[in-house]
Amino acid sequence: MSDHESTYVPKTAVERWMDTRLPIIRFGMDYANLPTPKNLNYWWTFGGILALCLMTQIITGIVLAMHYTPHVDLAFASVERIMRDVNGGWLIRYVHANGASMFFVAVYLHMLRGLYYGSYKAPREMIWIVGCVIFFLMIATAFLGYVLPWGQMSFWGAEVITNLIGAIPVVGEPILVWLRGGPAIDNATLNRFFSLHYLLPFVIAGCVVLHLWALHAAGQNNPVGILIPKDRQKKDMLPFHPYFTVKDGFAIILFLILFAVFVFYNPNALGHADNYIPANPLQTPAHIVPEWYMLPFYAILRAIPDKFGGVVAMFAAIGVLFVLPWLDTSKVRSMRYRPTMKTFFIIFLFVCFGLGWCGAQLPDAPVVPGMPSFNLIDGQLNSYLWLTRLFTAYYFVFFLVLMPLIGLREKPLPIPATISEPVLPSTAAEKA
Amino acid sequence: MAESVVNADGPDGQHGGGDATRRDFIHIAAGAAAAGAGVMVAWPLINQMNPAADTLALASIEFDVTKVQEGQQVVIKWQGKPVFVRYRTPAELKKVIDEGAVGSPAQTDAERTKPGHEKYLVVIGSCTHLGCVPTFNAGDYGGWFCPCHGSHYDASGRIRKGPAPLNLIVPNYEYLSDTRVKIG
Repeated sequence: MSDHESTYVPKTAVERWMDTRLPIIRFGMDYANLPTPKNLNYWWTFGGILALCLMTQIITGIVLAMHYTPHVDLAFASVERIMRDVNGGWLIRYVHANGASMFFVAVYLHMLRGLYYGSYKAPREMIWIVGCVIFFLMIATAFLGYVLPWGQMSFWGAEVITNLIGAIPVVGEPILVWLRGGPAIDNATLNRFFSLHYLLPFVIAGCVVLHLWALHAAGQNNPVGILIPKDRQKKDMLPFHPYFTVKDGFAIILFLILFAVFVFYNPNALGHADNYIPANPLQTPAHIVPEWYMLPFYAILRAIPDKFGGVVAMFAAIGVLFVLPWLDTSKVRSMRYRPTMKTFFIIFLFVCFGLGWCGAQLPDAPVVPGMPSFNLIDGQLNSYLWLTRLFTAYYFVFFLVLMPLIGLREKPLPIPATISEPVLPSTAAEKA
Repeated sequence: MAESVVNADGPDGQHGGGDATRRDFIHIAAGAAAAGAGVMVAWPLINQMNPAADTLALASIEFDVTKVQEGQQVVIKWQGKPVFVRYRTPAELKKVIDEGAVGSPAQTDAERTKPGHEKYLVVIGSCTHLGCVPTFNAGDYGGWFCPCHGSHYDASGRIRKGPAPLNLIVPNYEYLSDTRVKIG
């Protein structure tokens, strides 16, 4: 918590010398001793998992860059060389490629945790906003990295995504040429994407420091979502180490098992076969799809019948997260005590999966095969296009309409005075 | 900044607090110079991302249209993009001319070809929606069909159905001779 007093006493002469010059040991010890609500559940362990993911991506990325060549004629071959000739190159590349997917699995669960337990509400708005910045940087980094192997999906993914900028009225076209470094996606584009793909993870790491700083200042939320009263802090909180380091460590091991299953048994399950075809600017793949973690946003992009409108909707889908703390009007943080909101949250969860599913389908394909349909506006009603539109509408209604309205109208369940009450029902009565 | 300036009053005290002093002038001038220098430093860093001289040097190519057979198209790479040169059959040509001005923006076929060379259509083979390469001789209008998001183009490259906002772009080109065309 913000009023957490430092209890560190430097023991050795070296520690004392350091403490008056650069108190970095004190900082680390304070973090290890940070009072942490004792009722945190396993949804809180994804922070540690994400730190591990970022480190994995940076380390494997640095070594991959030692073997990769960012040139249109050599990029594809250099990746194949990493897979076949570089010692353990196949392992490092599969860890890096699947690591990106694992990173997004963890970040989505981390975000949904924040959403469900109201971790974005006062006094934690800055933790949430910095988190949104990190998420946005992650999307950018993942996209830039996906382009580097210079396969068919890499090339056409870059073509489609950079073309989104061209949709901006008037200035779109010159900006597009500036971004690509030429009239089309080419060597200049690959070169700068490599440069930026190497840079952005360090920017993410910087934002993670801000994210933790903000967390340190405001204190952690907890599943009950109440601020822990000052006089209860001794009873309701535990030092971060060893209690939560061990708990996070256990979660990390489970997570690494899942990670290893992908890397060793099905390393291409989350990729696309077309990316093993070298990039060909004269031939488009029949079906361009992004990686799974971008599919919901890709679906929103396609849902709007107007090019620029689609781009705006897609960015708005991420942008709306930034203002979430001011859209939710409820005084209660945790959805455990908000039955109405909980119901709509579960629907929201299904809608997010639905958007992801729709993003992977051809927009004109029928949802129910063989069912007769009719044309509505510019598409068959029985098509993924219209299903996507339905889901997209709910996505925005959830944030822009349901969040403010339900917060005002809903009658929340009684909230416990302390976190010990729901954790230890038998002892709560005698201690209260 | 003027508030923070320590007033360097002379012994006669005639430089009152509210008046502009030479020091204020130096502050403003230095600030303006710093801002100007900042822009001068930023500009080369921004400009380096614009197309390089060798990229721009590949601005034009020449092509012999007799290589294209009737009813077919040849795809040539120009500035990293595909260019379709299509030799349209008399039936296709008649159809697109009879339709008059359609597409977005509404154009007649004559506006998209060169006089005397109407049978050849030269367009950039990049869907105006998100840049995919449309498939030849497919779709509802007998021109091209973009497999990515389902845009239909006619045999004049005009958008007829689907999300693409514009007709296929006709690049700048000219006929150097009866059969030789210079693109760009």
